Amino acid sequence: MNNPSAAATSSSTFKGYRAIEQKVKGSLNGRKRAESRFVIFGIGAVAVAVSLVFILFASVISKGLPAFWQTQIELDIYFSPEVVQVEPPPVESNFESPAEYINARQKWVNSLGFVNFNALMVDAVAKHIPEAADSPRSAIALITSGERFALRDYVAEDPSIIGKTVRLSLLTDANVDVWLKGNIDRSLPDEQQQLSATTRQWADQLYEKGVIKNKFSTALFMNPDSRSSLAAAGLAGAFMGSLFMMIIVILLAVPIGVASAIYLEEFAPKNKWTDLIEVNINNLAAVPSIVFGLLGAAVFILWFKLPLSAPVVGGLVLTLMTLPTVIIATRSTLKAIPPSIREGAMAVGASKVQAITDHVLPLALPGILTATIIGVAQALGETAPLLLIGMSAFVASIPSTPFDQATALPVQIYLWQGNELRNFFEGRTSAAIMVLLGLLLTLNSIAVVLRKKLETRW
Amino acid sequence: MNSVLVVIVLLALTVVAYQLGLARSRKLERASVKSLVSGAADRLHSRPSYHGWLAVLRAAVPALFVYIAWSIFGDQIIGSLVLAQIPADQLPSDPLQQKVLLQKLNNLATGFGIVGDALPFEQEAAAYMAKVSAQGNAVAFAVMAASAALGLFWSWKNTGYQTRARNEVERAIQIGLIICSAVAIFTTVGIVLSMLGEAIEFFKVVNPADFFFGTVWNPAFATSGAGSTDGFGMLPLLAGTLLISAIAMAVAIPIGLMSAIFMAEYASAATRAWAKPVIEILAGIPTIVYGFFALVTVGPFLVDLGNVLGIDIRATSALTAGLVMGIMIIPFISSLSDDIITQVPRAMRDGSLALGATKSETTVKVVLPAALPGIVGAILLAVSRAIGETMIVVLAAGNSPVLTANPFEAVSTVTVSIVNQLTGDQDFSSAQSLVAFALGLTLFVMTLVLNVVALVVVRRYREQYE
Repeated sequence: MNNPSAAATSSSTFKGYRAIEQKVKGSLNGRKRAESRFVIFGIGAVAVAVSLVFILFASVISKGLPAFWQTQIELDIYFSPEVVQVEPPPVESNFESPAEYINARQKWVNSLGFVNFNALMVDAVAKHIPEAADSPRSAIALITSGERFALRDYVAEDPSIIGKTVRLSLLTDANVDVWLKGNIDRSLPDEQQQLSATTRQWADQLYEKGVIKNKFSTALFMNPDSRSSLAAAGLAGAFMGSLFMMIIVILLAVPIGVASAIYLEEFAPKNKWTDLIEVNINNLAAVPSIVFGLLGAAVFILWFKLPLSAPVVGGLVLTLMTLPTVIIATRSTLKAIPPSIREGAMAVGASKVQAITDHVLPLALPGILTATIIGVAQALGETAPLLLIGMSAFVASIPSTPFDQATALPVQIYLWQGNELRNFFEGRTSAAIMVLLGLLLTLNSIAVVLRKKLETRW
Repeated sequence: MNSVLVVIVLLALTVVAYQLGLARSRKLERASVKSLVSGAADRLHSRPSYHGWLAVLRAAVPALFVYIAWSIFGDQIIGSLVLAQIPADQLPSDPLQQKVLLQKLNNLATGFGIVGDALPFEQEAAAYMAKVSAQGNAVAFAVMAASAALGLFWSWKNTGYQTRARNEVERAIQIGLIICSAVAIFTTVGIVLSMLGEAIEFFKVVNPADFFFGTVWNPAFATSGAGSTDGFGMLPLLAGTLLISAIAMAVAIPIGLMSAIFMAEYASAATRAWAKPVIEILAGIPTIVYGFFALVTVGPFLVDLGNVLGIDIRATSALTAGLVMGIMIIPFISSLSDDIITQVPRAMRDGSLALGATKSETTVKVVLPAALPGIVGAILLAVSRAIGETMIVVLAAGNSPVLTANPFEAVSTVTVSIVNQLTGDQDFSSAQSLVAFALGLTLFVMTLVLNVVALVVVRRYREQYE
């Protein structure tokens, strides 16, 4: 390094270094600014994503929460014997067979249907507003039409109340609910209002008197869907439909999914075929859900002639849809269990099947549970395939078997959002969404807790 | 046959068979222990419980198959026997009418359901039906019992020291596992075959070229006559699908990718711990909820925004649906990209940082290029998701199948049209319904190509850094 030429080069490199240093120093501020810009973009992206979550929830909750409370009218209903003129109910011992008794009883209940229960309600309203007796049409518009069937059921259950006065809390009409909650512009002219001016005035009067109160209503949870009596429309039918489907999904998707995950992970030879199966399963997991609906319509309904709108078909379609999810999640659980567990078992004489059933599966159980919950949560929120197998039909009863007509919770949301009485059903739909999201959140938190509690780190 | 009863009988049979196999092999085991003491060595090959399960397999499984076969074909056999019995002049020629008649006879024979007034020949046939089905049930039950008894006898006879009970049971388990993993294959085959079958029916009526390249989508419903094969051009739908997907990706890629980068490279463990799950909540929200959100919150907001800016934005438009779909896809891109970015080896970052690069320069010039294949795969998967998304567009895209590139207009998509064509009237034989399957097939092929390319890319990428 002591020869002059080397010194000359080093001094020129030194000059070069200086230039570079200058350049670097000069650009440093700009680079630092670029750095902080980048970080701000990152924070911004995260902030946008997080705030979108909050906006979504806030929008649903702010609309849905008030819908759990409905205006209800508290009336002293006098079951006047002049109005409720029916024969005494049939007695079981008078009939030869249970079938005959059921027939006779059905006839009797039907005869109750001819009773003018509306008159009872109008009389009860007239106790608070005397004019109501003169214009029963305006008075009955206060109360949702389904309540006359509720009165009929009261009498059918206990005929001895005829002649007595009972204080009942009845749901008001959906339009009254909208009016009193201020969900409609009160300054609109008469022809744009759903209710007559008299009914609106009476609703306000009764609300001031405390006869109509805004109370927590169980109608949303206890009733099936309804088109005639909108205020009483509930989620019970859709809930049962979803429940049946989820039971079918758990009974089918979990055993089949876990079994095929075990085969692929533990037994299958590594060759072209298993490669194909793997790509196939990964692809199925990303196939649009509506394609499964088409499959269900073509195979289950056109070929096997299974009934339309039945939870059993919905359950089968959702099973096929969730199967890849369950398989993939279970496989990753099995993959995470170290081979030493299997080798240890086999070293002391267990067969491969024994090593898996007695050692690997118990260790994989938390993972399998999580996979199940993820699969069920996915199936519970799915709408599109169910529309194609006829589950968007209007069903006014609670299904009692998986072969009855039914809807599902998300489909009910789809049906309600399209209802013409937007002012009422926007809240109702949001409330239904809150119920659905509540169920999903519960399921997912159970999954998270299970994973935290039972997780083994190897 | 009463299915609950059959299940109970089969369960009981299982228990009996298991106990028999167990008892038999226990006896042998005890004998072998004695003989060990006395010096002769005859050891039981399998544990007694395997002998029990083998007995179950031999006794209950054939009986189960007989039952399944009978419950699938039994009704048809009885039906054809009964129809053959009915005098020819009374027999309706239409198969559907025959089915109705059989249902009525069944109601008569079992005494359940609505019958109304029965004609004499119907009563006769119903009596015959009751007789035949009783006989059929008896025969099926006898065959079940016989096969079960035979299976029991066989395993009783064949339980010996050398019986490879464990191997047999394990083979049965393996066969069961293989059948289960075949379900996924059958699903794909079922999807392809069913949609191909219906789509071919459709293409018999409508020229495929008119379908794929037609620019008018207006499938008139059956009222206008069976001859109407116009208005089946899918280009407007495809254009709508692509427009909405493009808007969705324009929202999701920047936000998703930037938040993935921030989470992977910058955020502290504490921030990650809360922000990641919160963003992933978006992935768990059902699409119908997004649709409702688009309809009641985003749509009106965009209309107001448009009024302020002086643009005419419709409440249900490609923009509304695309924006909300983008929100839905954010967690999809962010969590996949996050996984991929964290897989880039530490050494690559350290090398870049050691040369004096800032963190953002390292990320943009070293980490992202290394992670690019994986990120592209993630984006392709997200695109396939956007194309197949249904409920958001059903609610928020406006359902107006016109060929337009204006995002403020209402459009329609492939998925919306599938839903429209298959809900409402459920007559599956008309071209108006069959077109849904042709659309579905197109959708399936599109997403299949995207998915397979994405999966291969992601897999290559994983292997590169493993």
